[in-house]
Amino acid sequence: MTDDNKSLEEPLVDDPERRDFLNTVTGVVAGAGVVAASWPFISSMNPSSDVLSKATTEASLTGINPGESKTVEWQGKPVFILRRTDDQIKNMTASQGGKDPEADSDRIQKPDWLIVVGLCTHLGCVPSRSSDGWFCPCHGSKYDNSGRVLHGPAPSNLKLPPYKFVSEDKIVIG
Amino acid sequence: MKNIISWIDRRFPLTSFVKKELTEYPTPRNLSFWWNFGSLAGVVLVIQIITGVFLAMHYKADAALAFDSVEHIMRDVNYGWLIRYMHSTGATAFFAVIFLHMARTLYYGSYRSPRELMWWTGQILLLLMMATAFMGYLLPWGQMSYWGAQVITSLFGAVPFLGDELIIWLRGDFTVGDATLTRFFALHYLVPFIIMAVIMVHLVALHSVKSSNPSGINLADKDNIPFHPYFTTKDLFGLCIFLVIYSYFVFYQPNMFIEAENYIPADPLQTPVHIVPEWYFLPFYAILRSIPDLLGGVIAMTISVLIFAFMPFLDRSKIPGGAVYRPFYRALFYVFVIDVLVLGYVGAKPPEGYLVFIGYFATALYFGVFAILPFLAKKEELWLRKKGLPPELEALIQSEEKQKAERMVARRKAKRARK
Repeated sequence: MTDDNKSLEEPLVDDPERRDFLNTVTGVVAGAGVVAASWPFISSMNPSSDVLSKATTEASLTGINPGESKTVEWQGKPVFILRRTDDQIKNMTASQGGKDPEADSDRIQKPDWLIVVGLCTHLGCVPSRSSDGWFCPCHGSKYDNSGRVLHGPAPSNLKLPPYKFVSEDKIVIG
Repeated sequence: MKNIISWIDRRFPLTSFVKKELTEYPTPRNLSFWWNFGSLAGVVLVIQIITGVFLAMHYKADAALAFDSVEHIMRDVNYGWLIRYMHSTGATAFFAVIFLHMARTLYYGSYRSPRELMWWTGQILLLLMMATAFMGYLLPWGQMSYWGAQVITSLFGAVPFLGDELIIWLRGDFTVGDATLTRFFALHYLVPFIIMAVIMVHLVALHSVKSSNPSGINLADKDNIPFHPYFTTKDLFGLCIFLVIYSYFVFYQPNMFIEAENYIPADPLQTPVHIVPEWYFLPFYAILRSIPDLLGGVIAMTISVLIFAFMPFLDRSKIPGGAVYRPFYRALFYVFVIDVLVLGYVGAKPPEGYLVFIGYFATALYFGVFAILPFLAKKEELWLRKKGLPPELEALIQSEEKQKAERMVARRKAKRARK
């Protein structure tokens, strides 16, 4: 390196392009290595198998009178099971909801039973039951008896969990 | 002793370092008490780390045990109550000190050239601090802890396309659960040490550009005095005053900053009737709530925190210093401070009635202040110069302009030489 005859103006390497190429290749390989090595760590933060195994919940419908609701836990989330009165069914069938219009028939399997995930679609608080639907205490979103958002900051209707009736008075959620 | 130090000095620049960066470190002699909060924040961080490490010896980061382990610390551990109250009050003290530190920077224009990097590293520190405080608040596993974490992690659902997956990844569960608690504990322990590292960068930058001062003008060498004993004494005096106030809250009002609701264990099926974040998040929370749209609210809240970083670009006035010589800027500063207090009040109350509209208005004003600043700064500069600045100030502005022009010419020359 310390060749005194060489002036500083001259390049230090014979073939600068070759060196550039080596630098680029080293950078790319190192970058790819870091990305690959970080994958297990990122993935480890996703739900573990025991959390995933909480995927289904069996819920009994006995003992819920018309107009009453019950909350069950599914994947750690509350699920509202509402047994609707004839009046409520009539009102809900007649309306399309609020800012996220949807027919009541698309949100139920049996008109008596409304089953929705009890987390406000705004920021995930649990809305509290009121006579004409639900009201979220966090930021004031209002839902009707079909779980459709009427007003407030919530962007969409209460989510519908996948469920099926295994008998007249028992459902499996998930 | 002398022998030991000279042994070290031959291997490590101990004496020269202490001299250059501490004892003989040149400091403007006109610093007011507003320049106390930086070192104070450092002390609070040390309090938080020490109390935190000792709390971690007794705390259990497990959804089934966390709440009881905090009560165990309060009741059974020797002086556990003291250490916990020091830690919870310390969080409040930390934000109070940092907000005052930021207010000083804004008022005296300390964010302006050449201290932009101080301001930006400070901004990173604020974000890290907010993250640490937020994650720490989940650890007692009370109702407010739980639902605060639920709401804030839900904010990430506003991210387009990836939102839902991102929330589940952050929580490690479908809702905030045991996995969330454990990772928050790990990160709550980690981030303060990252904060320490960023503080080092903040300090290296400080010791390169030196402290700003109330005049807003870079002082001549003769106007600087050594840091020791003048400012070690002053900082110690400030620390004593701080400790008096801090001790009052630790010993007499320890629960003032802890929501009563947080003494109820977390219940994933029941949201408290009225959720409020910690006081230091209230203004930002009010902005989030004031936008009647999830994505819009999240964006507005994010910008409301990050917008401070743009101050060096927004404020391009040539008038040196901060609010002292700039009546318009000073008025804007006070409008902003009052607006933040109003937002804090709105954020603490349920979103009902006229408060909703005050929230809208205060949110608009918050961003309005930043939006109007570039124009106001220019108008103010023209007005002040027309009115006639003191000749020293005018000379200073012109010499700055000249230096800038010279730098530009030198840069262009260097560019041409390279070609």
